[in-house]
Amino acid sequence: MNKNKFMRSVRLKESACQGCINCIKHCPTQAIRVHNGKAHIIDKFCIDCGRCIRYCPHHAKIAVYDPLSVINNFKYTVALPAPSLYAQYNNLTNVDIVLNALLKLGFDDVYEVSAAAELVSEASRQYIKEHAEEAPFISSACPSVIRLIRVKFPSLISRLLPIKAPVEVAAEIARARAMQKTGLKPEEIGIIFISPCPSKVSYAKSPLGIEKSNIDNVVAIKDVYPLLLPHMRHDESQLVPLSHSGRIGIGWSNAGGEVAGLLADNYLAADGIVNILRVLEELEDEKLHGLTFVELSACNGGCVGGTLTVENAYIATTKTKRLVKYQPVSKNHLADNPEVSNIYWADDVEYEPVFRLGNTFKESLKMMSDVEDLTARFPGLDCGSCGAPTCQTLAEDIVRGDATPNDCIYVLRANIADLSRKIENLTANRETNGSLSDSDSELLDSYIRTLTAELASFGVPEHTRKEGAD
Amino acid sequence: MSGQLTFTYTIDGDDFTRAGEASSSVKNKLKMLGVSSDAIRKVAIAMYEGEINMVIHADGGTITVSVSDDDITMVLADKGPGIPDIDKAMQEGYSTAREDVRSLGFGAGMGLPNMKRFTDEMQINTVIGKGTTITMKVYL
Repeated sequence: MNKNKFMRSVRLKESACQGCINCIKHCPTQAIRVHNGKAHIIDKFCIDCGRCIRYCPHHAKIAVYDPLSVINNFKYTVALPAPSLYAQYNNLTNVDIVLNALLKLGFDDVYEVSAAAELVSEASRQYIKEHAEEAPFISSACPSVIRLIRVKFPSLISRLLPIKAPVEVAAEIARARAMQKTGLKPEEIGIIFISPCPSKVSYAKSPLGIEKSNIDNVVAIKDVYPLLLPHMRHDESQLVPLSHSGRIGIGWSNAGGEVAGLLADNYLAADGIVNILRVLEELEDEKLHGLTFVELSACNGGCVGGTLTVENAYIATTKTKRLVKYQPVSKNHLADNPEVSNIYWADDVEYEPVFRLGNTFKESLKMMSDVEDLTARFPGLDCGSCGAPTCQTLAEDIVRGDATPNDCIYVLRANIADLSRKIENLTANRETNGSLSDSDSELLDSYIRTLTAELASFGVPEHTRKEGAD
Repeated sequence: MSGQLTFTYTIDGDDFTRAGEASSSVKNKLKMLGVSSDAIRKVAIAMYEGEINMVIHADGGTITVSVSDDDITMVLADKGPGIPDIDKAMQEGYSTAREDVRSLGFGAGMGLPNMKRFTDEMQINTVIGKGTTITMKVYL
């Protein structure tokens, strides 16, 4: 368990990073610092939401995922297309066109994540009904949301719907069916998810709520999308019928899609990391009343807004709606899927108090007091020049031992002005009196030494500042 | 008293949209201190109710939050009209909020009862025409 608790797929491409402050300003968990002219992502604070990927003007934030060549690593491969894949294509009227193209691309079989999503919807309806007194429940399909709650909202952990995400259920069914069909061993079968976001990449490697994921590899929609296009131009009457999901399943790709599958009236569906942060704050304060279910997606527009997609999220939303317009509500039922032995989480998600200052309450109290004192010394401009997103964060970094007050350009400037004044006074004394007392002379030397050191820190920061938290 | 920490907030009157900012800020600080989520929840709810009350009835005021080894103390002081009948005000569902305030979904008469329910100690000092000071404690 917890082999790599803070595994993340959002990474820095150091050669492209210009050391600007765009990412640190947009990170919702304040997980990025700029030190020595390069951004550093702090593992334990990062929730893999991908917002920095969107905002970096130099494309220095990237998502790490698998290349499509992973299909060569297995004897038999099953593609798990996310429903958001369908929304990438123009004028798509039949999902089978995409699914058949996946076979032509080299996969041996496909299993739609949207089919499993309908099972998750069914299990969710049942669970919510049986646990009505514990409502509201928070959706657990978006790994970034779970990670956010795990580090920032401990009191809401118990509200997470303890049901596996659709892709996990899909992987379980796909592997079981492939084993039955081929007689191969589980490790000879590759279950490959075609994902709209980097968050699912981390999930597959280090899942929450279960010990090990059935997903072997995660490839990006944006990689697969262009490769499928040449395989999509053929006679529709020749298509192998593969699609087996309805409106509820495919609708999961859009914000509001999961709640639509619950057939509930009192719900809230929020998308976009900034919006969901506000909702979580209000849920925590019990300001939202009468809700049964809260759907949260880290990306604007839902999964169609993931950073590994191609199409504009809002156009994709409309395309999904058009695609499912004449589909039956749902085509999958738990009773017909004995492969799903347990659709519920096997493990608890535990609070990770990564933002806690000290190891004990007493220590934290002292550190917080230092943070308050330091923050009062800073100008409160939140200019980002120190490499931290706000004056308050710089104060926290200093107290944690990851920065120094002189990282604040204003503090440094004031220190330099103060030292210069002191040196000027002492040299003026020396001129008037002809000499300085031993102690004043020593003082003058020490002021000059400090000033020189502080001025030097401008030019070659690498030599004077300690390594950051990353 | 060892290691006490105090935060002070000024609450603006008549701005509902900003009520909750102080309790949010305190909540985040308590998380950084490693206070249990149960205690944080109590503080957040009690303080938010108090903030709303100050906005609705007293045109704002100040909140002072002190954290010590043993407890979290919240002192909510306003220069509002005072509470004429505390016993009545403590009854669930009793409210003197104006109609326009109620139409916004506030004034359900749960403010003071909730503050009492979610804290371990609560004291109300009120002087008609002068103001009200409410002191609440959540034990750690």
